[in-house]
Amino acid sequence: MNAPMTPHPPPATVDATLDLLARGDYVADRRLATAVYLSLKLGRPLFLEGEAGTGKTEIAKVLAATLGRRLVRLQCYEGLDTASAVYEWNYPRQMIEIRLAEAQGRVVRDELAHDIFTTRFLMKRPILEALAPHDGVAPVLLIDELDRTDEPFEAFLLEVLAENQVTIPEIGPIRAVEPPIVVVTSNRTREIHDAIKRRCLYHWVDYPDAARELAIVRRKCPKAPESLAREVVAFTQKLRTMDLFKSPGVAETLDWAEALIALDRIALDPATVADTIGVLLKYQDDVGAITPEVAGKLVAEAREGIRL
Amino acid sequence: MTGIDRQALVGASPVHALPKGRLPENVLHFVRILRAAGVPVGPAKVVDAISAAEAVGVANRTDFKAALAAVLCTRREHLDLYDQAFDLYWRNPRLLEKMVAAMLPQVQGRTGEEHRPPDAPARIAQAMAPPREDGPRRDDEDEVTLDAAFTFSPREVLQGRDFASMTADELAQVKRMIARLRLPLPQLPVRRTRADDRGARIDLRATLRRAAGAAGGAAPLAFRTRTRRSPPLVVLCDISGSMDRYSRMMLHFLHAITNDRHRVHVLLFGTRLTNVTRHLKHRDVDIALGRVTGAVEDWAGGTRIGASLADFNRHWSRRLLGQNAVVLLISDGLDAEAGAGLDHEMERLSKSCRRLVWLNPLLRYADFEARPAGIRAMLPWVDDFLPVHSLASLEALAAVLNRSAPGGARRDPGHRRSQARTLAPR
Repeated sequence: MNAPMTPHPPPATVDATLDLLARGDYVADRRLATAVYLSLKLGRPLFLEGEAGTGKTEIAKVLAATLGRRLVRLQCYEGLDTASAVYEWNYPRQMIEIRLAEAQGRVVRDELAHDIFTTRFLMKRPILEALAPHDGVAPVLLIDELDRTDEPFEAFLLEVLAENQVTIPEIGPIRAVEPPIVVVTSNRTREIHDAIKRRCLYHWVDYPDAARELAIVRRKCPKAPESLAREVVAFTQKLRTMDLFKSPGVAETLDWAEALIALDRIALDPATVADTIGVLLKYQDDVGAITPEVAGKLVAEAREGIRL
Repeated sequence: MTGIDRQALVGASPVHALPKGRLPENVLHFVRILRAAGVPVGPAKVVDAISAAEAVGVANRTDFKAALAAVLCTRREHLDLYDQAFDLYWRNPRLLEKMVAAMLPQVQGRTGEEHRPPDAPARIAQAMAPPREDGPRRDDEDEVTLDAAFTFSPREVLQGRDFASMTADELAQVKRMIARLRLPLPQLPVRRTRADDRGARIDLRATLRRAAGAAGGAAPLAFRTRTRRSPPLVVLCDISGSMDRYSRMMLHFLHAITNDRHRVHVLLFGTRLTNVTRHLKHRDVDIALGRVTGAVEDWAGGTRIGASLADFNRHWSRRLLGQNAVVLLISDGLDAEAGAGLDHEMERLSKSCRRLVWLNPLLRYADFEARPAGIRAMLPWVDDFLPVHSLASLEALAAVLNRSAPGGARRDPGHRRSQARTLAPR
């Protein structure tokens, strides 16, 4: 944290953005790279929406790592308020200050009230830290799973996203000298208000196609034998075409590949699939739909698909 | 486009080779066509789209397409529409001018139509009730207000009457009464707080402010308490043939509650599921219902409750049932597929929401029995089972919903069954 950060300049073209993400082991499709490039170039927040496990959060992490900036993360939850998202007053210090003022007999009421509500007594939470970083380098601000909070917090974010500033009643607006790179993600458990989306560049993060998913597995699980990686990807791609309550994401594919390596499997077979399907599918109905016969058929189809 | 300074938009960035001045113009026209196609794009977006287009350049078609998409689309649903519009519009630069010229009048014609809504109400009027002979409409509006204020007999008679046995005249009156119905849901505590001196948590910020003001003396503690808020309401309404008379009245009711409060979502189903929330949001009930009619393709047809609920569970439940939603299921439970898969989907629906209320017009019959397979499959999973055939039952609904919600015991299906049964008139 204390190591001095040397921010790198943002990429100058879409191709450079693809390279940049690739350096961070992120295999992006061109559409996503374009959105990222525009977000950096135009200084607009990037709004990423998509199913769970498609690599939305990862983009912010990779951007922070490759651009040489800190990652400031705000995990959203219901009831998230400014005290945990933006700033909080340091109450113990304020109390001591009042006691000290009393003890020294220098009590001028208005002055005291003014003194204890200054930046000295302010504790920065993620958003304020991103707007006014302690090291002066604009970080990457990740507002993760915005759909988990409620509408009042969304409304509050409008000022941050549009103006790069927050307003503290006792102090006034605090504006970022250098705006942070903002990434907002949503799993779409509810619709985010258009007012938020309008201020951002929108990108729907879809499941990757087979070629890209294979590239991702190769990058992230270099220990997986090529044949296994291909089978795993082909199998998962087949699963996504089935009528499931929750299709496996890329994160699940990677977990599964790791699991199979840990079990010393070098090829898929129906028994192994049955034993490890819980890594891919997280709903009992979906697990139940993959009977031994279905698993056998999918494995055969996956192999067939690879050979073609 | 002439009013916008391109240099100011683009800044010092290199502009890719393109006839000067044509790109902004074309982007502007493209945006207009998108709007006409139904993708809502605000005026500010045009400026953004032009800077995005110039930042990416037009050398690579894919990038150019993605760049405009990132700016102009805000929903996944719009992406397909966008792709088609893009491919059509930017196919051939030579064709472009001709196309713009050809499309512009159309676009203007379309937007003009938006403000001229007589078709829809007329259609609805025909569909809902035959034209009436007895004088102009204003007269009976007065009559109804008087009814509500001074007399009670016609209103009271209407209250208990079955929607299905009403005349067009009576239906029209009831519709106006329904328009005034509200559906209060019990408010739930949320994880937000407000200042309240009888609250349970100390508000340090306010306390310190008081302490600083009252330096030297004792500072009174300030408190906060949790706020309360109505949960979201999701309505699944059956519009199949057997529900025909009721579902039209229900739509009036749904229009009233959709426009009364936030976080109401309405989906209609017969053989397939349609989300009509957006259409119902229109203030004018005739226009709103006209749009609903236009959006629904399976009006008064068969019923596939199981398949419709499966569709809801798969595609909508995670988006709509967050934050303690209450679900109103309006259906007679007469399923064309004899309840196939219904038990399973009802279980999932029931477990995904905070409270599941089933409104069934068949319950009006005193000797109603849960004989059909569909009804038997659904009944164990509902928290409340209520009739919905008359104005009185709609008003009673508000009272039932406002009663304290079933507590922890509701997770036991057996408990649900007994509770649901007690609410049926016997």
